[in-house]
Amino acid sequence: MLEIKNLHARIAEDGTEIIRGLNLTVKAGEVAAIMGPNGSGKSTLSYILSGREDYEVTEGDILYNGESILELDPAERASKGIFLAFQYPVEIPGVATMQFLKVAMNEQRKARGEDELTTPDFMRRVKEAAAELKIAPEMLRRPLNVGFSGGEKKRAEILQMSLLEPKLCVLDETDSGLDIDALKIVADGVNALRSPDRAFIVITHYQRLLDYIVPDTVHVLYKGQVIKSGDKTLANELEANGYADIIGAAA
Amino acid sequence: MNMQTGKTLSVAETALCDAYDQAIGDLPGDGAVLAARDVLISDFKDAGLPTRRIEAWHYTDLKALLRAVPAFDPAAAADRIEPLVEGANVLSVVNGVADKRASADGVTVTRFADALIDGSAAAGLVARDGDDTIGRLNGAFVRDGFVLDIPAGAELENPVEIQTTQNAGQTHTRFPATFGANSKATVIERHVATGENAALVTTVSDITLSDGAEVTWIILQAQGAADTHLGQIRITLGTDAKLRLYVINAGGKLVRQEIHVVVSGEGSDLVLRGINLLGGETHNDVTFTVGHDVPNTTSTEVIRNVIFDRARGVFQGQIRVAPDAQKTDAKMSCNTLLLSDEADFSAKPELEIFADDVQCGHGATVIDIDHTQLYYLMARGIPENKARAMLVNAFVAEIVEELEDEPLVEALEGVIAAWLEKHA
Repeated sequence: MLEIKNLHARIAEDGTEIIRGLNLTVKAGEVAAIMGPNGSGKSTLSYILSGREDYEVTEGDILYNGESILELDPAERASKGIFLAFQYPVEIPGVATMQFLKVAMNEQRKARGEDELTTPDFMRRVKEAAAELKIAPEMLRRPLNVGFSGGEKKRAEILQMSLLEPKLCVLDETDSGLDIDALKIVADGVNALRSPDRAFIVITHYQRLLDYIVPDTVHVLYKGQVIKSGDKTLANELEANGYADIIGAAA
Repeated sequence: MNMQTGKTLSVAETALCDAYDQAIGDLPGDGAVLAARDVLISDFKDAGLPTRRIEAWHYTDLKALLRAVPAFDPAAAADRIEPLVEGANVLSVVNGVADKRASADGVTVTRFADALIDGSAAAGLVARDGDDTIGRLNGAFVRDGFVLDIPAGAELENPVEIQTTQNAGQTHTRFPATFGANSKATVIERHVATGENAALVTTVSDITLSDGAEVTWIILQAQGAADTHLGQIRITLGTDAKLRLYVINAGGKLVRQEIHVVVSGEGSDLVLRGINLLGGETHNDVTFTVGHDVPNTTSTEVIRNVIFDRARGVFQGQIRVAPDAQKTDAKMSCNTLLLSDEADFSAKPELEIFADDVQCGHGATVIDIDHTQLYYLMARGIPENKARAMLVNAFVAEIVEELEDEPLVEALEGVIAAWLEKHA
């Protein structure tokens, strides 16, 4: 589903290279965990996958279902099924959450040549998905992410993910700022979406999230490269020994 | 006279003077009204249209900007339109002439033409000061409008919509309104061009809120792309009176909206919110003055401007606090979203504070679309142009939502969305 080949990327503004020859393949149905110390390029990778214009790809390619997505803007990537759950969801005063959800769902449907949702159908979907994630109706009446607690913001991201039904879900430190109850709710939400035709890239610092969202593969990112890949036992190893051994072995 | 002062009248000045000579025979009014009109037009001839050398008009050089004046066109076709909010009582003025049968539940409504004919309007036909071009022109030319009297204690269930529509020519109206003690009302003052022909519109409203009155007054200006709109609203607030005044500009080529408030009752509160949607070649000026003359009063002013193309916006805001107006709390802010390199905005805040125990402040910002917000919306599949429109809309919708009156909020958001659809 996703093939990242020798990817090099830098911050557009100052030219700082962050991703330095990254290779990664994720198959449909797979849950791939990306771990790594601070500053290794994890969040940058998620931004580049979603098409954020603050980053420039200088070499290599990203193939999604066999096609390069480098020339697509974030909206085009999203309508093709790529979804990023943000580490820091953005507050937008003046944009009602429900209006945002409706526009996003219908714009994606339009881009795919599908009919727009009727209002009752839309309401029903939101109601059901919100109930699953224990999101109170009051929260949905507020402006987008405004005044949401950290946990509420993360749940709102998963709500968007379940409503938009993407094919490639990138979760950027979705566990940060969550207490254990909230973590379970979020993980249940993610697990409910697991399916043979959908892949996940789960970016995290900690083993903890991976106890609830069990990965098929684990990749260690360091200085903009994947320096080690393995199965879920690699995460346990990292939890026990830290990154030092692996970094040392790769150097 | 012009030879004596050495002044040459501009084309527009000449056209206005000629229009007066032609129209005066038809304009309603008794001897006192006629005398007042003559004084005003004579003062206008002496002063001419204001230029940038007049402080109050520094950013709106009317003499340079007003190039031509359309002639009176009594035959121009225009129709009343559906009210902004369902159920509103519409007081309609079409082509400058008020509907004879107009009425509104709970309000004593009379035509301003009748007040001109019986002379009761004569005392109001004066300029505020030597630079009051709008007061002068409107007083000289005013033909009609409505006088609204809301009795003490009345609580109007439905909004009143004052609606002026025209498609060409000149429209000069007045809408004096008195809100009795402890009355509650919402008034929508709506000016709409129903066609593309150039029109000159002037309008003046004298509004008095008696003690304890709570009023929402919305000015919605949606003139055509060739129109000149000169509006003035003069407000007096009594003890514990609360006024929410919204001024929304979404049309016109040359627009000046003056708001002059005298806060003369203790405990009163003024909320001014301005939304200026500017595109094309529009020049739009909102000039606001408030005088806090007594202790313990509050006012907040928030102006939001969205500017496209080569449009130019102006906000002048002056807060005066009299020496004994202690505990005044006045805050003013003006935020502008500039969406084109050729767009322009000038903000001139002024604080004149003569009391020592007050809280007054002002701030002005100019911003661009927030790129992180834009990215976030796009990352959810919303195409760039639509995402931009959502963010522009959000910038002004925040202000509208403060009204907390669902039908009204929905209607105004509809006006804003339609404008953005056309201009963004």
